[in-house]
Amino acid sequence: MTIERELETIDVSFNVGPQHPATHGVFRMVLTVDGELVVDLEPVIGYLHRGAEKLSENCDYRQAIGFQDRTEYLAQFNAEQCYVIAVEKLMGLEVPERAEYIRVILTELNRIASHLMFMGAFSADLGIFGTLFMYAFREREHIQELFEEVSGDRMMYSYFRVGGLAWDVPDDFVERTRVVVQQTRQGIADIDGLLTQNEVLLARSRGIGVMSAEQAIDWGFSGPMLRASGVRHDLRRAEPYSIYDRLEFDIPVGEQGDVYDRYLVRLEEMRQSVRIVEQCLDQMPKDGPIVTAGLKRVLRPPAGEVYMRTENPRGEYGIYLVSKGADKPYRLKIRAPSFCHLSALRNMVIGHYMADAVIILGSVDIVLCEVDR
Amino acid sequence: MIADNPWIDAVVRMLLVVMLVIGVALILIWLERKVAGRIQQRLGPMVVGPYGLLQSVADALKLMTKEDLRPASADRWVFELAPFVAFVPSMLALVSLPFTADLFVRNLDLGLFYIVSVSGLSIVGVLMAGWGSANKYALLGAVRAAAQLISYEIPLVLAILAVAMVAGTLNLGEIVAGQGRVPYIAWQPLGFVIFIIATMAELYRNPFDIPTAESEIVGGPFIEYSGIRWSMFFFAEYINVFMLSVLGSLVFLGGWNWPGGNEVGWPLQLVLIFAKTSALLLTFMWLRVSLPRLRIDQLMSFCWQVLLPFSFLAIIINGLVLVYEWPDVLLGLFSGVIALIAGWVVYRGSRRAVPNQPWTVMPARGIR
Repeated sequence: MTIERELETIDVSFNVGPQHPATHGVFRMVLTVDGELVVDLEPVIGYLHRGAEKLSENCDYRQAIGFQDRTEYLAQFNAEQCYVIAVEKLMGLEVPERAEYIRVILTELNRIASHLMFMGAFSADLGIFGTLFMYAFREREHIQELFEEVSGDRMMYSYFRVGGLAWDVPDDFVERTRVVVQQTRQGIADIDGLLTQNEVLLARSRGIGVMSAEQAIDWGFSGPMLRASGVRHDLRRAEPYSIYDRLEFDIPVGEQGDVYDRYLVRLEEMRQSVRIVEQCLDQMPKDGPIVTAGLKRVLRPPAGEVYMRTENPRGEYGIYLVSKGADKPYRLKIRAPSFCHLSALRNMVIGHYMADAVIILGSVDIVLCEVDR
Repeated sequence: MIADNPWIDAVVRMLLVVMLVIGVALILIWLERKVAGRIQQRLGPMVVGPYGLLQSVADALKLMTKEDLRPASADRWVFELAPFVAFVPSMLALVSLPFTADLFVRNLDLGLFYIVSVSGLSIVGVLMAGWGSANKYALLGAVRAAAQLISYEIPLVLAILAVAMVAGTLNLGEIVAGQGRVPYIAWQPLGFVIFIIATMAELYRNPFDIPTAESEIVGGPFIEYSGIRWSMFFFAEYINVFMLSVLGSLVFLGGWNWPGGNEVGWPLQLVLIFAKTSALLLTFMWLRVSLPRLRIDQLMSFCWQVLLPFSFLAIIINGLVLVYEWPDVLLGLFSGVIALIAGWVVYRGSRRAVPNQPWTVMPARGIR
């Protein structure tokens, strides 16, 4: 998009954030606007840097699980899963089947919870007066209650362990999850009915923040952002980990790669996650071990290195782990999807209106803890 | 006549109307929070008083006791006068607003004209607030507000004008008297739709809350205000909401007339006008909590490309029917058909294909 200038005008810079309702955390973008059109954008990150990677090197392999929750605070189970699979690969562990099923159920529910959070925040960016936010949070609360019952915490679960799970799920887990899944299905239909065909949403979000498939690949996009641009790539299918090769699900793909497609892809992904959870509930062994037998109390993986990546709600979440045979990781590096998406923000926003900058940032669905680590 | 002396009469009438409106504004703020809460599956305010009824009073007291802050870089006089310039026009408009056949300050012969012109003045206050705050968000919000208000004033006036043509008068009392049997919404459905949309834009309500856009410019022109000055803007907004809803029910919904045309006494008239006003208010609240916000260029193009042509069309149709003295039913028929066409235009317009991006090289099966 080109910007023509006819009158003598000056560009004004706007400091959006770090304290701003649209920045979803502590993020700052310096917008240079010509009237209402954005001519330049400079993202400023680092307000939430805690050094989680370095801190993990001072913890043993079990303690470092907690940092995964705090890194990806909207999809904690997914991040934990990536980390524990990385360590398991390093040690060559085989995880009991029941534990795998429970992990997948929880991660898929967490994906729904994360996308629900996206729906709420995105609608707030769009300017809906909190209604969809409340709807999304009502549904999220059902899932949150289940997680609380399973793990004992509402946010920092730390429930997965290397080789399995911390403890077994409650006795009525399957029945309760079925109820939650039914409620979630209804909730997704509510959100769909309220927003998807809304004329204002159509006018606002179509053709905005477009990334072509090539551009998306070049920028290192992954997850819903990549699929919205039309690339059929899902790590659960491309390199199936855990038990995903046994499960049936579709990969939603967008056509234009605009904000509306990102919304649609996430909406459809929630439905697919519901499908996955229902299959897992049917196939799950009724009982059995939940931790690999014969594990030592202190884990000492053999020297070596491993890179594990999983499909998180926000995209490809990667853990690069180097072990020197000690009880602590020698080096731990997190590949954060939000960081890659955020780096392309400038290209997506320039040429659009200032109001569009807000919804494009919303459509990226960033988690700042993950960006800054 | 309430009293024999015209001066006492005027003062009593003014006091009555002002007290009525201030009470209504406080209740409206409470009601809006309650309705929004119910739609969002919350309870809304529940703590202060029964069902949170005293919440607005508590808020008003809190705002009055808060420190009145002024940024050091602000233009002092412009900043401090802005709330008054925004507040006074909304009170001025009440002068000519009749609530029942007898309850009004002065029923002017050009009442409709007076209300529309006076309420348009409040934009000056908003502009002053944006300029005087010395804040970029505020300035952007004020410029947006000016563009929006001036644009939407035209369809609003034209929609009301369509009714004035049918009624043949600008006196609000006579307009209401003309709706003894059938309210004008039946003859002017298109005008009513345009009136509702333009009113929402005039009041900065969703989907037209662009000047104050919470997620973009964080309150717009009012960003630097606090305490009593901020609450004056807020109060003016709610008085405007009430004023325009009353105007809508007077002009389109038959005011204090019982449908069918029986004469009723003033208590029932008051009940009727409040019932009709409440219906409009609840519609505004319902739309407010369920619609996303438009973008500024879409807002302007919607006004100039959709609303304005259709409101001109309404005027032309009215003119034809009235000049050739065709039956009244045709008025409603034509207007209704055009309203449906306008709805279809918006429906199709928002769904037309976005320009295809030439660099998209990997087509994939879509989910739409």
